[in-house]
Amino acid sequence: MSEAALSGALPHRRRLGEALGGWLLSLPAALSFLLLLLLPTLAAVAMAFTDFELGLWPPAWIGLENFEEMWADRGFRQSFRNTVVYVGLVAPASVLLGLGLALLIEAGARGRAFFRAVFFLPVVSLTVAMAAAWQYLLHPTIGPLNAALRVLGVASPPAWLSSSDWVLLSLASIGVWEQAGFNMVLFMAGLTAIPRELREAASVDGVHSAFARFRLVTWPLLGPTTLFVVTITLIRSVRVFDTVAVLTRGGPNKASEVLLYTMYTEGFTFLRLGYSAAITLVFLVIVLALMLVQTRLLDRRVHYG
Amino acid sequence: MADRWRLPLLALLGLAMLAPYIWMVSASLKATDELFRASLSLLPETGTAWMENYGRVWREVPVAQYLLNGVIVCGGILAFQLLFAVPAGYALAKLRFPGREWVFGAVMLGLLVPPHVPALPLYVAFSQLGWLNSYAALIIPSTISVFAIFLFRQFFKSLPDELIQAARLDGMGEGAIVWRVALPNAWPAATAFAIFSVVAHWNDLFWPLIVLTGTDYATPALGVLHFRTEEAGDDFAALMAACTIMTAPLVLAFLFAQRRFVEGIATTGLKG
Repeated sequence: MSEAALSGALPHRRRLGEALGGWLLSLPAALSFLLLLLLPTLAAVAMAFTDFELGLWPPAWIGLENFEEMWADRGFRQSFRNTVVYVGLVAPASVLLGLGLALLIEAGARGRAFFRAVFFLPVVSLTVAMAAAWQYLLHPTIGPLNAALRVLGVASPPAWLSSSDWVLLSLASIGVWEQAGFNMVLFMAGLTAIPRELREAASVDGVHSAFARFRLVTWPLLGPTTLFVVTITLIRSVRVFDTVAVLTRGGPNKASEVLLYTMYTEGFTFLRLGYSAAITLVFLVIVLALMLVQTRLLDRRVHYG
Repeated sequence: MADRWRLPLLALLGLAMLAPYIWMVSASLKATDELFRASLSLLPETGTAWMENYGRVWREVPVAQYLLNGVIVCGGILAFQLLFAVPAGYALAKLRFPGREWVFGAVMLGLLVPPHVPALPLYVAFSQLGWLNSYAALIIPSTISVFAIFLFRQFFKSLPDELIQAARLDGMGEGAIVWRVALPNAWPAATAFAIFSVVAHWNDLFWPLIVLTGTDYATPALGVLHFRTEEAGDDFAALMAACTIMTAPLVLAFLFAQRRFVEGIATTGLKG
């Protein structure tokens, strides 16, 4: 074969080969995406409009009945309200605590790695085991917290996880404890991206108090990070499941029933898959809405860089 | 801020953060009747009570089995995730093929869906196939990680094209390039993702709770839950001993490779 023929055939063949390679390399991922993510997700959406129960075949199309039932169901409304309260407690507290810890650690050179590890520890600890540790810590009679409160003169300290008044607050405290270190790490990444010279420049320009420098320089530049951390914390808190499943099972008296736990019990304990899918859909819509808000705000450019 | 204020404040907050660990270990060393007196002392009255607690856990909890299950499940999931995601990420970043925009669109769409959403239909499918209560049931649903595809695509995009051209001129096929050129150059992304994936699945309770009924295939999370609800009863000392044992492996791994863990979770943080 002559040189000319070779170089003429090559671009075409190479392009074909490239396309073939692209398809072949994407194929395993595409197949498993289709089978394990796309189809099941569509099926879950479809199930939400049926009366599907495990063992009853075929399911009937019932339109919006599941959603009407949900709307009328006091248990579901309670679960929804509890989730909102839980998120409302955990998100602001863990974002602020995360920010505070990040600033405090970044403010000096000594002990950085040590304290970062200490605050990050809950992220890598087995949630179920730590939930059990919290259960002991908060135990009404033998727990160290109430023992300490009694020593301090509180005659009848709350029963925390077994009191319907305190259970959400107790779970939220555990949630804050779990998430603060995670948020701290994200804030630390955002803080290191801010050039040191900017703060020094502010200092030279006569901004002497650390708080004023934070308000004028750090906080505005931290805008995108903060938005990101807030959305992620909201989404992570809406997903609360483990602590509820381990510690309270939605009790006492449904006082700690939350969205995903209700979905779990309806679907896998009572096997009402259609109704459970409808709850899942509500959960999905909330998560999507939060992501949409994030993209919208990011488009409006929260940052000044 | 002066370290004179900063360090004591950090120490105080750190102590509060560590309180559950401190009391967990302390309780695991005490005798049950001492726990019931709710004393505020951290040290046990009797020096031998810990043997009883840890002994009971050793006799009644198949600790090694749970840990092995955890390793098999997390290892299996990670292996498949990489096997599927690395080539796809490479194809999306470096190869031109018809339909690429569709594949990338699917990835972006997949990023929006939390794993709880496909769980119900997957459960139905697995139960119809008779695959519940198996390693397969634990591993298969997590084998596809659109997040991993996204992460590797971003990383591979910054690889110089010349590197890949050179490999092609050396006669390497695209498949060989993925594993022998692209992946070794994407090591930071791969470690970050590996840590993220293992931490997430080691701690996961939702899916194992759905597909497992016995304890044969239980991961550490499910094992602790089982011991707590079925066996420990009011024996908090033994329960805390079990929790200490089960929490230790990942915490120790973290302490050894602290920086990698923090960076891994921070770079992959966007998955939430």
